[in-house]
Amino acid sequence: MSEQKNKIAGMTYEQAFAELETIVASLESGQQPLEQSLKLYERGQMLAQFCANLLDQAELKIKQLNPSGKTTQEESE
Amino acid sequence: MLQPSLFPVPSITVSELTRYLREWMESDELLRDIWVQGEISNLSRPASGHIYFTLKDQNSALKCVIWRTAAGRNTGNLQSGLAVEVHGYVSIYERDGAYQLYVDTVRMAGEGSLYLEFMRLKAKLEAEGLFDPARKRPIPEVPVRIGIVTSPTGAALQDMLNTLRRRYPLVEVVISPAAVQGDLAPGELVTALDRLNREPGIDVIIIARGGGSLEDLWAFNDERVVRAVADSVIPTISGVGHETDFTLTDFAADLRAPTPTAAAELAVPDQVDVREKLVVTIHRLADALAGIAQVEKMNLSEVMHRLMQVSPLMRVRSDRQRLDELNGRSLTTAMHFIQMAKTRTESIGQRMGTLNPFAVLERGYAIVTNPAGEIIRSVDQTFKDDNLDVRVSDGVISTRVKGEPVRDKPGD
Repeated sequence: MSEQKNKIAGMTYEQAFAELETIVASLESGQQPLEQSLKLYERGQMLAQFCANLLDQAELKIKQLNPSGKTTQEESE
Repeated sequence: MLQPSLFPVPSITVSELTRYLREWMESDELLRDIWVQGEISNLSRPASGHIYFTLKDQNSALKCVIWRTAAGRNTGNLQSGLAVEVHGYVSIYERDGAYQLYVDTVRMAGEGSLYLEFMRLKAKLEAEGLFDPARKRPIPEVPVRIGIVTSPTGAALQDMLNTLRRRYPLVEVVISPAAVQGDLAPGELVTALDRLNREPGIDVIIIARGGGSLEDLWAFNDERVVRAVADSVIPTISGVGHETDFTLTDFAADLRAPTPTAAAELAVPDQVDVREKLVVTIHRLADALAGIAQVEKMNLSEVMHRLMQVSPLMRVRSDRQRLDELNGRSLTTAMHFIQMAKTRTESIGQRMGTLNPFAVLERGYAIVTNPAGEIIRSVDQTFKDDNLDVRVSDGVISTRVKGEPVRDKPGD
């Protein structure tokens, strides 16, 4: 499953949460073999942890477009 | 240049000049009794009961005041944007050195021209289908990048950033600055929108401005701006002015928020809800695994049970037990059956003994039969010379009837 190989680190919250929900739905259906279920569960736990960390560590990122429209500048909090 | 004088010309005080100007104005025939037409803006009604506003046209502005004593009739529905004709006199407010019109009478000159322009443009764009509900696109529930078109220096921007920080700090904000009032505003707003539409990965655009007069908000009724909002590829949320302010930008946006802060709230989910959803999902994950473990356990125990059932040892034991069971059961049943049969046979034998007619013969009775074998019970069954058999306990005596049979006389 290519999804399994995806690196969690680069995900957005929404992507990670969406995959977590997919995994939960898959486990709830009970259609997976036991070994696959255990792998999915582990992946789900990692995603859940990742989501929780994102929420806890989030700081609003602000960027302002230059009125000339050419360059952008980063604004610190 | 004035000729330098021997002595400097003495100066007068500001108050002296102001009083001079005031007296000059108040003595002027035209300024003492005058009707002026224009559009009301920046109207305020402080607690004092006086009414202050600016009367303006395209080029100029005139400060006006209606004293509380003059206010009342016809002044209750005055509001900014209204075109009116006012009557009064022009004088100077000495403290500020500002001339103003002291109004005693107001008459309506019809609806303000801005309002008429607003209605005309609204009808036109509405007819084009720009405000059609079917055009409205859903706002993504969880955006990653939000574009904001507003003044970079306005309080509205800080309000929105604070709201986003509090509700959903995961989001990335891209500010596209633009003037939000004045002649340059419409062009800048259009450019700022366009820039965000070319920026990668923007999920939703907020176009916003804090509260102000109808004129202050006017750029958001500009046809170019309204069209740019309607044409935005990225879904838009408008948050212009206060709750009571409606601009054409609001009608064109995919979602209208009453204020900039409300627009920021509508753009992102509340992290409280997001966290709750995450916790629920984590519980579901754990429950799902527990469920799978439970099912696996049941499957295993069922298989083990079935395995035991088919084991040869079990089979032998089981067969043996069954045999024993059957043996025990049949023996008991047979014994019982035999006992019952025996009891019944004995009972029948006894009853048969009492009913045996031959037992009576032992006691001296006899049974008489005619040659047909019929038992003779009455004299009417025999005649003289009939042959009869008399059965006694140990044999048969053949006899013949000697005389006519005689019936017993009643009473004997």
